[in-house]
Amino acid sequence: MVRNATTRMDITVRNMHSSLEINSGAIDNADASPVALPRPDGPTGAEHLDQSITVIEPTPGWRVIDFAELKKYRELLYFLVWRDVKVRYKQTVLGAAWAILQPLATMVVFSLFFGRLAELGSEGIPYPLFVFGAILPWLFFSNSIAQAGNSVVNSQNLVTKVYFPRLFIPVSSVVAGLVDFAIAFGMLIVLMAYYGQMPGVGVLLLPAILGMLVLAAVGVGTLLAALTVAYRDFRHVIPFMIQLWMFATPCIYMPPTTIESPRWHDVLPLNPAYGLIANFRAAALGMPLDWYSLTVSSVVSLIILIFSCLYFRRVERSFADII
Amino acid sequence: MKPAIHVDALSKLYRIGAASNGQYRTLRESLADAVTGPFRRLKSLAPTIAVADGTNGDGAHAPGSSTAPSFWALRDVGFEVQPGEVIGIIGRNGAGKSTLLKILSRITEPTTGRIELRGRIASLLEVGTGFHPELTGRENIFLNGSILGMSRREIASKFDEIVDFAEIEMFLNTPVKRYSSGMYVRLAFAVAAHLEPEILIIDEVLAVGDSAFQKKCLGKMQDVAKHGRTVLFVSHNMAAVQNLCQGVILLDQGRVRYVGPTAAGVSQYLSSNSSKHDGFVSLVDHPARAAGGEPLLQSVRFLNADGEQASSFAVGDPFTVEFELDPRTPLRQAEIGIGFNSVTHGRVFSVGTFLSDRVLSDISEPSVIRCQIEQLCLVPGRYSLSLSAGTHGHKLLDNIEDAVYLDVEASDFYGNGTVPMASLGHVAVRSKWEVLSDERLA
Repeated sequence: MVRNATTRMDITVRNMHSSLEINSGAIDNADASPVALPRPDGPTGAEHLDQSITVIEPTPGWRVIDFAELKKYRELLYFLVWRDVKVRYKQTVLGAAWAILQPLATMVVFSLFFGRLAELGSEGIPYPLFVFGAILPWLFFSNSIAQAGNSVVNSQNLVTKVYFPRLFIPVSSVVAGLVDFAIAFGMLIVLMAYYGQMPGVGVLLLPAILGMLVLAAVGVGTLLAALTVAYRDFRHVIPFMIQLWMFATPCIYMPPTTIESPRWHDVLPLNPAYGLIANFRAAALGMPLDWYSLTVSSVVSLIILIFSCLYFRRVERSFADII
Repeated sequence: MKPAIHVDALSKLYRIGAASNGQYRTLRESLADAVTGPFRRLKSLAPTIAVADGTNGDGAHAPGSSTAPSFWALRDVGFEVQPGEVIGIIGRNGAGKSTLLKILSRITEPTTGRIELRGRIASLLEVGTGFHPELTGRENIFLNGSILGMSRREIASKFDEIVDFAEIEMFLNTPVKRYSSGMYVRLAFAVAAHLEPEILIIDEVLAVGDSAFQKKCLGKMQDVAKHGRTVLFVSHNMAAVQNLCQGVILLDQGRVRYVGPTAAGVSQYLSSNSSKHDGFVSLVDHPARAAGGEPLLQSVRFLNADGEQASSFAVGDPFTVEFELDPRTPLRQAEIGIGFNSVTHGRVFSVGTFLSDRVLSDISEPSVIRCQIEQLCLVPGRYSLSLSAGTHGHKLLDNIEDAVYLDVEASDFYGNGTVPMASLGHVAVRSKWEVLSDERLA
């Protein structure tokens, strides 16, 4: 009699036990998730696994650029550029018109003060057009280095959470600036038509000069980006530096021929923006090219680029720790 | 078969200087360093090495030394993970779990050591990495997918699945800044769920959000493992680790303390000193405090029947908890709750002011709040208490999961020599039984 009762009791307890277990802890029944999880349709199972080996170890000192890796991640560069372009004029009223308004307004101000008041010459080209032809590459250059300089710090959430070649961050900022440049370039063509200015054969060099300008911007931007991560001082330095840099690039607002001292002609192209911008305008507006300044500025740009990339590669490993 | 992950003698040294204190190094400091540095570096070479060897890794640093203090976040860590294994990485805060994760994800470099990983790696340290608020859902799927390492074609081919999974068809062309937080997380997770790496490195921060979302995350991990892929899962949640992982790696103070089957590793973790206390625990700098929580709860104290501080109680004992509460701003009708969790099976029960007939008055100055439980009806074992504080009808202001441990010991709770045990359930309840006579039935 008593034994019977005990047996029944046992059964009850066991039932209670199992029902309790089912309900205890949200994680227990993770398998019975109401939403079916997607199954990969691709190959499954160990036999199809990618066996490429990734090695992680300390890489002290200077490192060269890993071009194979950059190539592997090239689609990400595309998406980063695409993001920067998409985001640039979101929730603005004028949108991409800003790309034209900025150089146009600068042109108007320069024409009034330098053209009218200071009566700076312009080598036979209408002063507004003369200025616009240099403002256009200058704004591309200055906006690019400003954006690139802050790019890594602004991408803090990416840098601390996921791996990819960090070099893409400043590079994508510069490349995204090309879209603004292209829009403003349309404005240059309109202005040239308005003033009846024809380009010469030099226009064939325009893509090469622009390419060099992009490299110069990547060089300076990358260096600033790396420095800004470690020293936030550069956040304050960059806007100020750009302002001074413009005045140090006198070809923007005055014809190089009005600079009398020949020594300045030798020294000024050490500023990479100088030779590239002067010759960009010359090529676009059919003026004679200055081969000396073009060569010197290009070489300086390449030196900066190489140094910057090496420096960036050297310090990028600590970005996540110090950003 | 070759191991999917091979880690050998991995160490990471961090310098605790101005740089890691949230203060940026300024150019001035650096220039000053450049001048004085060479001399100091010469002088400090020896002490640095001494620090490195003498440290116990627990964030310890050389006090008062002239060099930048440093500590080993990881020290000689080595292990292997075979393909298809799901391995949990456990250890208390500061044990080096996050550092290991960051090194494995290649976010930061090790100081010494070597890791070999076979196959495509994806690490999810966060959901929605790289989401841009201004971009639409559609655009973010591509951006995020690309950042996680998917190719454009891969994303395009899975796009419909991702959208389906996230249930956001209607809002595909809406900027994600206008999404509800739930939608945002669903979308972010949907993208991550469609990654197909051979090695998945996953942080427990993924297991945020409501329990349905946690289930999705954990379910997805099981799914990944079923396909012969390797998973490394970092977690504090022992229940999740026990459910998912075949093995665990226990880190303590930057070193590997245990590698092996889950059950033994978890029990070693639970019995480690970290969770022992004498009945009083300060909560001021509690590492598990929810992000953004105000440190309202300053400390917690357990008291036994005699009103004495104690850390372990027997089944059926009266149990009193006292909180020190320091309101930054006066709290109107403070609410406090305690969740009792079994370390292996999750929440057992909760008590709280909102679950009682008493409403606390307004609290405007530091106060001690006492909660009395007449009978601790938990079966013997280890429990963790999750603590929360807030105001009536308002949001939670302070929340600490698994803030403090409580050991419940066996006692003759039923009065017949039978010891309450977990196989009967987690709650011990006394009951009265009698046989009714025939005449009363009639």
